[in-house]
Amino acid sequence: MPEPDFDEGAAISATGAGGVGQGAIAPTGTGAAMDLAISEGATLERTPGGPEGTGPAGKPRSLWGDAWRDLRRNPVFIVSGLIILFLVVISLWPSLIASGNPLKCDLSKAQLGSRPGHPFGYDGQGCDVYTRTVYGARTSVTVGVCTTLGVALFGSVLGGLAGFFGGGWDALLSRITDIFFGIPVVLGGLVFLSVVTSTTVWPVIGFMVLLGWPQIARIARGSVITAKQNDYVQAARALGATNSRMLLRHIAPNAVAPVIVVATIALGTYISLEATLSYLGVGLKPPSVSWGIDISAASQYIRNAPHMLLWPAGALAVTVLAFIMLGDAVRDALDPKLR
Amino acid sequence: MLLEVRDLQVEFKTRDGIAKAVNGVTYSVAAGETLAVLGESGSGKSVTAQAVMGILDMPPGRITGGEIVFQGQDLLKLKEDERRKIRGSGMAMIFQDALSSLNPVLSVGAQLGEMYSVHRGMSRADAKAKAVELMDRVRIPAAKERVGQYPHQFSGGMRQRIMIAMAMALEPALIIADEPTTALDVTVQAQVMDLLAELQREMNMGLILITHDLGVVADVADRIAVMYAGRIVEEAPVHEIYKAPAHPYTRGLLDSIPRLDQKGQELYAIKGLPPNLMHIPSGCAFHPRCPMAQDVCRTDVPPLANVSEGRRSACHFWKECLNG
Amino acid sequence: MAEAILEVRDLVKHYPLTQGILFKKQVGAVKAVDGVSFDLVAGETLGIVGESGCGKSTVAKMLVNLERPTAGQIKYKGTDITKMSGKALRSVRRNIQMVFQDPYTSLNPRMTVGDIIGEPYEIHPEVAPKGDRRRKVQELLDVVGLNPEYINRYPHQFSGGQRQRIGIARGLALQPEIIVADEPVSALDVSVQAQVVNLLERLQNEFSLSYVFIAHDLSIVRHISDRVGVMYLGRIVEIGRDAEIYDHPTHPYTQALLSAVPVPDPSAREHRERIILSGDVPSPANIPSGCRFRTRCWKAQERCTLEVPELAVPAVFQLLEGPAHHPSACHFAEEKRVVPSE
Repeated sequence: MPEPDFDEGAAISATGAGGVGQGAIAPTGTGAAMDLAISEGATLERTPGGPEGTGPAGKPRSLWGDAWRDLRRNPVFIVSGLIILFLVVISLWPSLIASGNPLKCDLSKAQLGSRPGHPFGYDGQGCDVYTRTVYGARTSVTVGVCTTLGVALFGSVLGGLAGFFGGGWDALLSRITDIFFGIPVVLGGLVFLSVVTSTTVWPVIGFMVLLGWPQIARIARGSVITAKQNDYVQAARALGATNSRMLLRHIAPNAVAPVIVVATIALGTYISLEATLSYLGVGLKPPSVSWGIDISAASQYIRNAPHMLLWPAGALAVTVLAFIMLGDAVRDALDPKLR
Repeated sequence: MLLEVRDLQVEFKTRDGIAKAVNGVTYSVAAGETLAVLGESGSGKSVTAQAVMGILDMPPGRITGGEIVFQGQDLLKLKEDERRKIRGSGMAMIFQDALSSLNPVLSVGAQLGEMYSVHRGMSRADAKAKAVELMDRVRIPAAKERVGQYPHQFSGGMRQRIMIAMAMALEPALIIADEPTTALDVTVQAQVMDLLAELQREMNMGLILITHDLGVVADVADRIAVMYAGRIVEEAPVHEIYKAPAHPYTRGLLDSIPRLDQKGQELYAIKGLPPNLMHIPSGCAFHPRCPMAQDVCRTDVPPLANVSEGRRSACHFWKECLNG
Repeated sequence: MAEAILEVRDLVKHYPLTQGILFKKQVGAVKAVDGVSFDLVAGETLGIVGESGCGKSTVAKMLVNLERPTAGQIKYKGTDITKMSGKALRSVRRNIQMVFQDPYTSLNPRMTVGDIIGEPYEIHPEVAPKGDRRRKVQELLDVVGLNPEYINRYPHQFSGGQRQRIGIARGLALQPEIIVADEPVSALDVSVQAQVVNLLERLQNEFSLSYVFIAHDLSIVRHISDRVGVMYLGRIVEIGRDAEIYDHPTHPYTQALLSAVPVPDPSAREHRERIILSGDVPSPANIPSGCRFRTRCWKAQERCTLEVPELAVPAVFQLLEGPAHHPSACHFAEEKRVVPSE
């Protein structure tokens, strides 16, 4: 008999530190037991008038509202949020902080170090490293955001439907995701992208969506299955709700949190994957401006001119870190176990 | 006295503030005695027990005051490794959920034997023999054959027996059982409760039985301590409290349970809700729900007053309550 | 006897056990419910008690059409609802609603209380016109004893007992005739349980509801029920009026169950006879032959292995008037008083 108990809430948190990583964000239902710890006390009325008096007016708080309130207080979120905001702004308007042209190079200045007006120095082709690093953000952010959107869309729709309907489609999807998980990303990239001649970012994004969606699909499937088992879904069914109502109104809002968290963290890894592929020469190709391309080019001169490597690599590291930190903060805010 | 808890205070840091889970609890248990700690959600009954066992999560929990004297020494002054030695051999705990308290990847024999190999330094063969002996003792049929099985291969009642065996293994002087039968079916509940009571008698242990079930208490307890909002509101020998409660909360609880032997009219219901531990009402914490509340209840915390030999009540009006 | 609003006949629910991934082969079945029959009379409360795994929750789910029975009929006012679908099913659902056990998982945490209680009207727009819904929801909140101003709050701002009231309000929204309550108070604190039980009783009178009240707590079932059915391993073993079952049980399982209930009276400790059953409930995937209770029964004889006892008034009591005259599925039924009376 599940007895809501403050005491047990405390006891569970002792042992409940189980799953860390992607699976750790359970849809709200699982956290309900924790929830009791506080909410059993933090309820609305304590008035002596009767079983249900008029309690003190408190603002209605939705779970998203709570999450947002938590996020705003979290320094990790503030730091990563500011970095990401900055990245987004400079990818939209790079000329705000970089007046030069990333493609205008002067071979005579190749490998030169820091100069007034050119704080990061020049690269092997004599291009301004500062300008190229700033313009490289656009590529990275575009690739990261577009890939994440694509992956989240395909993954959550396919995974969510498979989780909801179960049966044969679910089994089929599970096998397909297994196959995709078996493909080594870099090897796949070398094979698949080497035949592509386009110099835009789209083939790279397409490839990464193709390989990335199964990860989200698995998460979405799992969290839909968990959400589906909650009594409120049964309650809706007992009322005569249609499948689409149950999915959209009851399951999706409760299953989406883990998908958001994993997608945010994955965004950082997509950016670094793009750099990896570009470094290997199969991702973006010049004249595209990308940190991966610059890192690749700079790696030959690492002894003579380390600054050429330092700046794009540093920018890449900070960007990836910022997205992973953001994902972490979002997870903390959405994870009901901490409530 | 085997165990004396004196003025224990525990609080929890939560997102929304400090929750005062235990606010000055005092109780004692003698060898061979069964003390039932009765309370609802958030009454602090389990938190007190966790503090006694030394398994409270700190943080978020924090013991802010009081003493826990076990066999003459204050546990709160001991170092962690000294306390660890007491756990298991001096006192042991039985939890509500036996399945999650047992390690799913170890056989029950290995888990029982571990008690002996770790605490007593026994060889593996000896420890295993001891494990079989223990399982026999808690009347698990075919113990010899089942000693190698895993927790999920046992039924709920059998698992709770294994938990009891584990707690009894090192013959501790004190057992704390936290809702030991709540998760079990009625017919199995009776088996397990009987077993626990019998072993306790045999080994002359002190038993703290934490429960919310007034029926279970009536069946096995010698004394009963009723907790509300982190305090003991009434403490009495079990026969007296059922006959004439000296606290309106106890009275309300007794009146609000339906009876098996009669079909009553409307049930008496204590109005309102258990208090928010972050905002415990002033004065007597029960006053917003109490039918007898007067002005003094809103302002003054009632002391735990002596009602008679071995009987205490934390109500300003315990006399009136006792007389109905 | 008044007319039955619900007639359940030989209800069966088997969950197949399969082996193999691609080519599934049935290797057995979990017989969760294995032939349950009862009537529900308008305005009455039928309690169903039993231990975990006896199939009582599965019966509840079939009554509200959350599970399709493997066989058997559920007749609502004479029409079988087990094979209904589409529009007909929706209109039946309006009349049979459910209250769930766990107030923490039965309310969608992302919806406000107003949306939760108002959802039935969105699904069945014919019950209340759009402009009327907010007022209706507030009325319902008031009916279950909650402040109507709480309409915009979220479930996690309420305590367990209040959430259960919200769940009850949702169940009432469509003005059903039957409410199936599956352990509606077992997750609540003792002092709050009484509030919710009283509320359920009040609502029954106010809206002339019929209840199927499923619980494992025998005291609460006695308190609220007019008639009680005792389930064991997927079958009803004894059924009758509450006094017949509690004061004059004739089935050994009922007797054991009643004798095991802890009574909040320490003086009953000494002189109370307790029947302690040996062993555990067998798995519903592997039900004993003949009488399914025989493996734990102290009266079992060879006949019990061979012959399935039918749920009917036992032969010994057939000619008898009085409280022992009620259906009991035992070959060796005899009356035994196990609940001490004051």
